[in-house]
Order: sequence, then structure tokens, then C-alpha cells
Amino acid sequence: MLAPFPRENKSSQRNECRKFVQVYKGNEGWESMINILPQVLVDGLTLGFMYAVVALGYTMVYGILEIINFAHGDIFMVGAFIGTEVLLISDALGALEGMNPFVALFITLIIAMVLTGALGVGIERIAYRPLRGAPRLVPLISAIGVSFLLQDLVRFTEALARNEFYLNSPALFTGSIPLGSIATIPTKGLIVIVIAIVMMIALTLFVNKTKWGIAMRAVAQDQSTASLMTINVNKVIMLTFLIGSSLGGATGVLFAQNYGTIDPYIGFILGLKAFTAAVLGGIGNLRGAMIGGVLLGLLESLSGAFMGPLTNGAFGAEYKDVFAFSILILVLLFKPEGLFGEAVKEKV
Amino acid sequence: MKKRSYVGVLSAVLAASMALTGCAGNGNSSGGSNASGGQSQPAPGNSGGGTTEGGLIKIATQSPLSGSNSAIGDAIKTGAGYALEQRKEEFKALGFDLQLFPQDDQGDPKIGVSNAEMLISDPDVYGVVGHYNTGVAIPSSVKYEEGKLVMVSPANTGVKLTEEGKKTVHRICARDDAQGPKAALYAKNTLGVKTAYIIHDKTAYGQGLSDQVKMQFEKDGVQILGFEGITQGEKDYSAVLNQVTVKNPDIIFFGGLYPEGGILIKQAREKGFKGYFMGGDGLDSSDMIKIAGNAVEGVVFTSVAGDVTQTEEGKKWAEEYKKATNKPLETYSVYGFDSMNVILNGVLEAAKANGGKKPTREQVLDAVHKTKDFQGQFTKVTFDEKGDNTNADVFIYKFDKDKSIFVGKAE
Repeated sequence: MLAPFPRENKSSQRNECRKFVQVYKGNEGWESMINILPQVLVDGLTLGFMYAVVALGYTMVYGILEIINFAHGDIFMVGAFIGTEVLLISDALGALEGMNPFVALFITLIIAMVLTGALGVGIERIAYRPLRGAPRLVPLISAIGVSFLLQDLVRFTEALARNEFYLNSPALFTGSIPLGSIATIPTKGLIVIVIAIVMMIALTLFVNKTKWGIAMRAVAQDQSTASLMTINVNKVIMLTFLIGSSLGGATGVLFAQNYGTIDPYIGFILGLKAFTAAVLGGIGNLRGAMIGGVLLGLLESLSGAFMGPLTNGAFGAEYKDVFAFSILILVLLFKPEGLFGEAVKEKV
Repeated sequence: MKKRSYVGVLSAVLAASMALTGCAGNGNSSGGSNASGGQSQPAPGNSGGGTTEGGLIKIATQSPLSGSNSAIGDAIKTGAGYALEQRKEEFKALGFDLQLFPQDDQGDPKIGVSNAEMLISDPDVYGVVGHYNTGVAIPSSVKYEEGKLVMVSPANTGVKLTEEGKKTVHRICARDDAQGPKAALYAKNTLGVKTAYIIHDKTAYGQGLSDQVKMQFEKDGVQILGFEGITQGEKDYSAVLNQVTVKNPDIIFFGGLYPEGGILIKQAREKGFKGYFMGGDGLDSSDMIKIAGNAVEGVVFTSVAGDVTQTEEGKKWAEEYKKATNKPLETYSVYGFDSMNVILNGVLEAAKANGGKKPTREQVLDAVHKTKDFQGQFTKVTFDEKGDNTNADVFIYKFDKDKSIFVGKAE
């Protein structure tokens, strides 16, 4: 007959186990993981809104032309550099001192938006319009070419002008707002969220309420019919690039403010993720891009913070992207049109 | 009309390419065929970099001259170039034309390997000073081994590099298995930390160093609260830092380079982290201050590079260096300088042994490999069987507001 396990042994085993779990959890245990949830959500939202605004640029161009403007991430990067340069130069001239930071940010945003908007229009004119009749793969490749061109152009000019090409943006906002004891929102993060929301609302109103917005939707539906209805298709496409690119450029400025350091390669990863967000929400769909962006930012932040503890350290924060992209694959497998794909008929 | 213009363009391209290859052939007349001038016939009497008297000797550098690590990469190149410039006359007297051949590996293994391929196919290249990134050095050294081209690294600390048993691989700096444990010991004994959170950048260098630190911490009973990787090139590390703040370690050890390290410490301080922040020689750059801003104050790092300005003689050298090159002095500048001199000495020895004639690469390799008690500007170099410098030390530095301060040798 087998002797039953001695009682002490079992409990000591359990104790061992508990000890191990405690050691693993660190000093504070699970409660503290829940305690950081608000902070994780705040970080995720900041990141998510940034993705969302950049995703709008991808989705607008896709909605109108059915091409993926892979240079959009780099337009975002150029925006970040223009904004930082404006701040650095005005700082060197002493213009920033005593200026209200909101005014400074506003001026910087306007300059960056005008320049990146013009850049977007220029890219469309040079790299996409001559290829408009070509198979869809061709403008895609030309977009990737433009993307590399922009990266190296910025690298080159910055290296010439400053002998370095990762810049540090002067911080306009340094304070932070405590949300009780559970989390703090840095002012700059809050500004990112507010400005992103303002831009998204403005764009939605523009597309839905104005004449040009109606024209854009018409072109998205059917280019040739739209042109029969006396709509200047080329102008509408230019406008789309202008708006999309200036939104991207503005986000670049916000990015530089929020994270401080920029280099010519920030557009790649962020552009890829914003594109993913656009696909997640249903590419060509404005509302989808916004929600997809916020969702991706939250997913990334949550998985980064909690995947380690949940999997007992087998998957750490380093795999947060894998997690986020796996969700994307699942969505595409079971709902290929994206989360908000049902509205795809009305593309913009 | 259209067709004709195409023909015009084509012929222009053809003419240009012919001019180019012609150029390559001319520039090359002093020694053998070049990779780019494949079609041009080697000049008569030239056995492809054999044992002609006199001739061109190119020493290459491979370091990131562009990309986010270029501050260090450029310091290595400039240091090496400065050493070469000083010895040009000495070689000219022997009939050799010394030339620096800087390559940009961009911190990218693929580019490092393709550069290495080009270097070994050029018979005038006699040595390589490089690399900065261990992850680039390891695959590139496969090519150097093929071409019997000697490599002397001023900065690679990855243990694996010399453990693979390649004869061409040498380094004058200390390895991670010296650096990591010494860093961990310093953190425990001098800083008095009891808990640590380790972050690495998932590269051969960053993770390798972090593993070494972790092992030593575990041995000494310092509690490891986390061991996480981050992605190079990202700018938002709040995901991992949220975990750090909740566990509140006495120290964050970061295995990685300054572009990420600078952002990490800045964002950690923004999140209210009060403990120590420590890293390896990857943080050893003046750009760390630019990136981290005020948060850099108090950041501790170990480096395999010492501070050359600690001695009077070194200070004088540093002044001359700055004046001659018009570049800021980075800690790796002097290592680039010393590495170059190790190679040049090898070339000289080999040439002497060869009766004043241009030696073969293999002879240079042997001469460099046998380097013993060579006193460089900063390091004394004696290579062991593996190619490691037996005199290499590890040093501790601490960042002040606007510069890093030498603390001392790590024991």
C-alpha cells in the first residue's frame, strides 16, 4: 500500500510554490500590476492617438486612389524634423524665451503642416500622377522609393547643417498632471491627445459637410463619373494628399515633442504600425483608421506591461509587437475587411 | 524622336561608365586589380598584391559613419586616420604609400559583410580597424578569415567574437565577461544596490553584456526584478518602464547603446524613477547627454575605454588630436589610434622580414598576432592565442551635467 504523502510535505511544497511566485512577482505582487493599469492606459492612448492621425493619411490616400502611400511614414518624419528645426532655430535666436508655449507649438504646427502638405502634393505630382494608369504595384514601388529618398535626404541635409541627424527637440511642456495617485499624465501627452482629437474631428467635418468633402467622396466612389459631374479629379487628389500629409506632418511635431529624440528612421516603424492600424480598422475608412490606431496603441501598451507577468516571464515586453500583430492577423483572417469594413462602400 | 533620345541617354551612360572604369584602372596602377575595376588589366609586373617593392598599402576602417551610432564610428575612423597620417612619412621612406580606406558599416551586419567582401578582394588592403558593433564584427570576420586579412577591433566587447577561434580576429579592449561582472560588482559594492532591473536591446552586444551582469548579480545575491528586451530604433519605452516603476528597483542596468539608453533614462526619470541607472560602454558617448538632457546626471557606466586625459602626456595628445582633426575627443578615438598603430607595426615588421618588400597579408597577420608589449597611446597590447589583449582593463565613468567623469578602474 502506498503511503499517503505526509501533510507537512504537501504544505511545504505549496509554500515553495508560493515563494517562487512571490519572488517572481517582485516586491509588490499582482495588486501593483493592477495599480499601474491607469498609467498603462494613459501611455497607450497617447501612442494610439498618434497612430490614429498617421493612419488617417494612409486611409485617405487608399480611399481615393486605392494605392498605399508607403512614403507617408516618412512625411511624418519630415514633419518631425521641420517642427524640431523651427523650435531649435527660434530657440537659438532667443525667440522661444518668454513666448507662450501654446503659441510656439501652434506656430510650429502651422509651419510644419504647410511644408509637409506641400511635400505631399509634390510627391503625388512627381511620383504617383505619372503612374496613375499603371498597375497598382507600380505606384506602390515608387512609394517605397520615395520613402527611402526622404530618409536619406533628411539624413544628408541634417548631417550637412548640424553634423548629426538625430535631433533633440526643445521641450515646450515639461509639467505633468497627476490623476489622483493612480497615474500622471504628462502635459505633452495630453496635448498630443487633444490635438489629435481636434484634427480628427475637423477632418470628419470637412469630409462630411463641405463641398470639397463631397467631391472627395465622389472621387473615391468613381473617378470617371465624378469627372463627368464637373469635379476636377486631379485637384481633389491633390487636396487629399495635402490634407493627409499635413496631418502626418503635424503628428510628427507632436511626436518630437512627446518623445524628445528623433532620427530620420522614425517614420519606418511608426508608419508601419499606423498602416497596420488603418488595416485593422478597415483601410479606406476614416472612422476605422481612428479606432484602429487607438486600439493598436492600447494593445501595444497593455501587452508590453502585462504579458511578462501573465506568461510568467516567458514572453516579456520585447514581444509586444508580436502580440499586436498577431491580433491583426486574426482580425484579417476572420474579418478581412477590417473591424469597420462594412462601411467600405463609402470609402472616404 | 523618343527612341533617339533613349539612344542618346544610353550612349551617355555607356560613356560615363567607361570613364569610370578607366578611372578605376588608373587609380589602381600602383598595385593590382581592384574590385570595382574588374575589367581593367592589372599593370604589368604586378602579381596582384604580391611581393613588389614599395607600393600602395591601404588600411581600412569599418565603423558606423552614418546611422545613430555614427558619433562613435566617426571617432574610431578619425583616431585611426590620425595615427596613419602621422606615420605616412615613415612608410614613404621605405617606399610605401600609406592610405586610409574608411568604410561605413552602418552598424548593419549585411553592410559590414559586403564591405568585408570588397576589402578582401582588394589586394592592397592589409588590415582593418573595426568594428564598433559586435553583431557586425562576427559575420564580417568570417570574410576576413577567408581573405587572411587581419582585423584589430578597438571597441568590440562581445565574448563570442574571439571565442570562435578565428586567427584574423584581434581586439585591444576588454571583453563582456570582464566588463559585465565588474560592472555588477561595482553596483553591489560601491553603489550598494540590492535589487536590479535589467533591460537589453536584443543585440549580440546588449544581451550578451546583460547576461554577464545578471549572472554576477545572481551570484552576489542581488535580486533581479526583471529582464526585458526593447527594440532598437523605437522612441517610446513606456511599456517596459511602467513595469520598472512598479517594481521600483535600486538600479536599472541597461545593456545597449546610447541612442536607446538616453531615451530610456529620460523617460524613466519622467516616470519618477529615483534609483541608479547603469550601462556598459555602449553609453560611452557625448551624444548621451544630448539625448537624455538633464536626466543624464548620475548615470554610471563601465567602459573598456579609459580616459586618455588622465595623464599629462595623454592630455597633450588629446590637445594635438583635437587641433589636427578638428573633431571632439571621444573615448574611442584613442582606441582607433592604438588599433591602427598595432596594424601598422605589424605591416612594418612583416615588410622588414620580407626584405623591405611589400609583404603578403598572411605575413602581416602573423606579425600582428605576435604583438607583444606594444605600448600604444593609451593601452599596452599583448595578444593571447585567441586575439584578446591580456592588458585590457575596465573603467567606471559617471555622467555629470555636461560631460562624463572618469571615476576609476573597476576592480
